[in-house]
Amino acid sequence: MLSIRDLKTYFRTPQGIARAVDGVSLDIGPGDVVGVVGESGCGKSVMALSILGLLPRPPAYFAGGEIRFNGQNLLKLQPDELRRLRGNQISMIFQEPMSALNPVFTVGNQLQEVFQVHRNLNRSEALQSSIDMLARVGVPAPEQRVREYPYQLSGGMRQRVMIAMALACRPALLLADEPTTALDVSIQAQIIELMIALKEELGTAILLITHDLGVVAEISRRVAVMYTGKIMEEAPTLDLFDHPLHPYTRGLLASIPRAEASFETEYMNEIMGVVPSVADLPPGCHFEPRCPEAIAFCRAQAPAMEEVWPGHRVACWRAAHA
Amino acid sequence: MPELLTVRNLVKHFPVRGGFLGRRAAVVHAVDDVSFSLGENETLGLVGESGCGKTTTGFSILRLIEPTSGEVWFQGENILTLTPERMRKHRRHMQIVFQDPFGSLNPRLTVERVIEEPLLNHEDLSGAERRTLVEEVLVMVGLLPEHMTRFPHEFSGGQRQRICVARALVLRPRLVIGDEPVSALDVSVRAQVLNLMVRLQRLLNLSYLFISHDLAVIRYVSHRVGVMYLGQIVELAGTKTLYAKPLHPYTWALLSAVPVPDPRRARKRIILEGDIPSPMNPPAGCRFHPRCTEVKPICREQAPIMRVVENNHAVRCHLYEDGEPWNPALPAFRKS
Repeated sequence: MLSIRDLKTYFRTPQGIARAVDGVSLDIGPGDVVGVVGESGCGKSVMALSILGLLPRPPAYFAGGEIRFNGQNLLKLQPDELRRLRGNQISMIFQEPMSALNPVFTVGNQLQEVFQVHRNLNRSEALQSSIDMLARVGVPAPEQRVREYPYQLSGGMRQRVMIAMALACRPALLLADEPTTALDVSIQAQIIELMIALKEELGTAILLITHDLGVVAEISRRVAVMYTGKIMEEAPTLDLFDHPLHPYTRGLLASIPRAEASFETEYMNEIMGVVPSVADLPPGCHFEPRCPEAIAFCRAQAPAMEEVWPGHRVACWRAAHA
Repeated sequence: MPELLTVRNLVKHFPVRGGFLGRRAAVVHAVDDVSFSLGENETLGLVGESGCGKTTTGFSILRLIEPTSGEVWFQGENILTLTPERMRKHRRHMQIVFQDPFGSLNPRLTVERVIEEPLLNHEDLSGAERRTLVEEVLVMVGLLPEHMTRFPHEFSGGQRQRICVARALVLRPRLVIGDEPVSALDVSVRAQVLNLMVRLQRLLNLSYLFISHDLAVIRYVSHRVGVMYLGQIVELAGTKTLYAKPLHPYTWALLSAVPVPDPRRARKRIILEGDIPSPMNPPAGCRFHPRCTEVKPICREQAPIMRVVENNHAVRCHLYEDGEPWNPALPAFRKS
């Protein structure tokens, strides 16, 4: 359904060209849930924004690749064609539900707009649909809530409103950018349960972008691990957690404190060094300076993605040829 | 472990002004009756969701916020009763590392100036002596002496947090409060800073009050853990005990809600209904009762007190009424 091929989203900056997304390929089928994991600055959000054409151009530009959605190349669409797609067939929820909602309109206003613009409903129909949608995402007393402003809602409720808005037109694809990061643990659990339930019910495909491997393990069927604009490893979730191949993936998994680990008996696994800036990347494999297993060859040439066994791809010279 | 710090019945209420002529409109019960003790060389983790009062508790201990009432015993004195000058003498022994390594370093000061500032405030040293101490502490936190002349913006988040740790340690304090010290850091860097803090604790015999919302981090770094909800500690126990055998229904739910990076784990999640109530108007009786799965009639009427259920396992819940009321021991007086 969605097929990203060799996407290159670059930014022109005074310091030179920042390769925020550099040659990413990813496929999402109908009803699929794909997690994209990575640390800050790895390009995961830029990738999502590229799909929807939401990046300011300039400074951003597409240096290559294509994003096909049901056969259409999204990068070639006119702004108004893209607008018809957004919210209707592809929609997005953001990390910070407060800044993603307009503070001067009621929740009802903002939800109704979606129905009026994309479904041509009249005002009273749109209001009724809004109330139904709020009820569906678990907002208590939706008849009252539609009349309230975002500041009157808690963080968890705001995120439910965002989800209601995103799913209002039953999109085929939902891009969820850190949907639970700003929420407390107990509220996070509610939102994860809600997303799982809605996925089952509506069959929406989800591209879940997060830094939290725990959240990924809970929802995703497949996982792609990103680092400095590239996908380093991609595999079905179980396969990735059972057999992580890339040293970066292994490092990430080992950096999460295990349940039985305590500082009294052991140190935590560290990944040495820091993430390089996308404006100043190492010449070969981007992870080479921090990699405990790097060989001289890794510095000379960047590895390409290779399929190691069916469904499991990795960009690492050593892992792919072990 | 002998006690270093004992907090008893700490309360912090923030008045909310509003209405006609700014009359007192309401009170935020940020911290309500918090008691615990911290041993020498010990790490106590305080864990809870946003608004539970964990940060206010940390700030109140340092008197960065003046608590409304309660006692904070440190080195043989109730420091809440001290005059500002006497308090200054204690301050050098109690330091803090904040959450945001971007906001907590002055961008106009070099690393050397940032780290020597506590020395200027509390010691009477020559420039050369200060420089030696700054160099020493920089190396200790894994940075290099040549970093002294650089400015904070030249460093990554993890390195900045190392600078903050160096600033906290340059006076060789006894107590360091970490207020979400690794929450702003990426996974791969977080482990570096946690390991550093563990190493430094061993090297310098530090006591940590480690405040975080992250149950996995708290579990890794703490000897004992206190779980906070709406301004109160609801459960306090040794780390292993707390995670293996939690007693309070809130702790059950909290532990079951954490996403675990193991796709095979069978999920038996306890989903708490609703949101955390506002601390402006906490529920009557037990503050957790509107969301509790085990609620009984008494919970709506009477607030439970902290009781010791098993050795050193204290809980604030009507399910455990046979325990003795709990009060932490005062630290023995030690001249330092």
